[in-house]
Amino acid sequence: MKLLRPLFITLAVTLSLVSLAAAEERLKMSTTTSTQDSGLLKVLLPPFEKKNNCKVDVVAVGTGQALKLGEAGDVDVVFVHARKLEDKFVADGFGVNRKDVMYNDFVIIGPKNDPAGIAKAKTAAEALKLIAAKQATFVSRGDKSGTHMKELELWKAAGTDPKGGWYIEAGQGMGPVITMATERRGYTLTDRGTYNAFKGQKTDLAIVFQGEKGLFNPYGIIAVNPKKFPHVKYDLAMKFIDYVTGPEGLKIISGYKAHGEPVFFIYKK
Amino acid sequence: MDFFSESLKTALELITSRDPDVVSAVTVSVVVSLWSTLFASLAGVPAGVAVAVTEFTGKRAVVTLLNTLMALPTVVVGLFVYSLISRQGPLGGFGILFTPWAMVVGQTLLAIPIVANLTMSAIKGADPRIVPTALTLGAGPFESIRRLVVEMRFGIMAAVIAGFGRVIAEVGVAMMLGGNIRGYTRTMTTAIAMETGKGEFALGLALGLILMTVALMINMALNALQQR
Repeated sequence: MKLLRPLFITLAVTLSLVSLAAAEERLKMSTTTSTQDSGLLKVLLPPFEKKNNCKVDVVAVGTGQALKLGEAGDVDVVFVHARKLEDKFVADGFGVNRKDVMYNDFVIIGPKNDPAGIAKAKTAAEALKLIAAKQATFVSRGDKSGTHMKELELWKAAGTDPKGGWYIEAGQGMGPVITMATERRGYTLTDRGTYNAFKGQKTDLAIVFQGEKGLFNPYGIIAVNPKKFPHVKYDLAMKFIDYVTGPEGLKIISGYKAHGEPVFFIYKK
Repeated sequence: MDFFSESLKTALELITSRDPDVVSAVTVSVVVSLWSTLFASLAGVPAGVAVAVTEFTGKRAVVTLLNTLMALPTVVVGLFVYSLISRQGPLGGFGILFTPWAMVVGQTLLAIPIVANLTMSAIKGADPRIVPTALTLGAGPFESIRRLVVEMRFGIMAAVIAGFGRVIAEVGVAMMLGGNIRGYTRTMTTAIAMETGKGEFALGLALGLILMTVALMINMALNALQQR
């Protein structure tokens, strides 16, 4: 073992130099990929972390999983977009103090020549009906995310049960789904923010249907219930919620632009 | 678009500008992998030696089990550890899910079978006369086995290096147990997965090139130690 000794010494020195332990308080937040991928969190978190001498650990997953992490008590706060699921999360006693934060909207993107002719549809549900009738390729998130929930809601409103070779269930995040739709020349439902980040260089798909009331996409923030999970950092979570929904947070959100365009909108008081 | 040349350019830019996100991802990758390799070696090397030098009933079953465990998918290890350390799991009270330590636990489990298996093969490949000779020369059983291990140090080092290779390259455990938290549990591989998801293929490939460079440097360092 003599020859291995220098190796172990090197290892020990390297390992002790870089400590994994963290001194400051950490707030765990699960959120959707859209808040992270849009770049919003990079500007929204630092002022709060500085003021409270803490770190906000962001776990970015689909809304369904983000809420599940809250239900297991693995995070302190959730920041998601699926109003019905959020209300259920609170009603079931997992979360408290749900607050509206911001909104954007969903759009249906697809090939510029719009093979299913959905641009003339009056509602999003009608647009999906046209896609199904034409059996035009449609890529679904298929991952129980907020966007997927919205899509299922729209299919239901359209009275269609999407099935068949034209309906692709990707089981992936928004970005990969836009890439997949681009490669397969299909339609997909996306939030406007992620699409804006992709349009041009990364996708040549265009917005073919937008602006209907049914495509409204509100985001909410919820503290995980400390009565259910005594270990959660409730006080810090509430401080964070107050910050995000207070004047400072809202100013950052409404002023944030990606690729020159606003991504999220705040409610007028 | 020429992804490859663009990613080469991006990689160089990221390295020369010491991009803080990249520095942090490299650090987390290396530190977590080194810890995991260390723990996996502490468990795997003695286990491999023990299985190689002793005869017992069911030995073949143990060897088959070790071989099978080498094929463990990273997401399965991730899920298994997740179920233990989530707040709902039996070890939830420690609260280590989504910390670097969670990744260390998962990657250690991932590397142990490889280290143990390759150690076992190395020892089995040793000259069968080493232990009897040492015993004849008056060494005790422990001393004889120590001699055997020293003799086979290159093979054992190779086992450790293979374990390191597996953990620094894997993404399933790091993503599931670490959570890809920026500046905390984001490793090179989870960063690559994330950038790919965002459609930043060139950036993802650039990070891949940096990861390969880091792995090359570490392996060169280990190799230098091995040659001494």
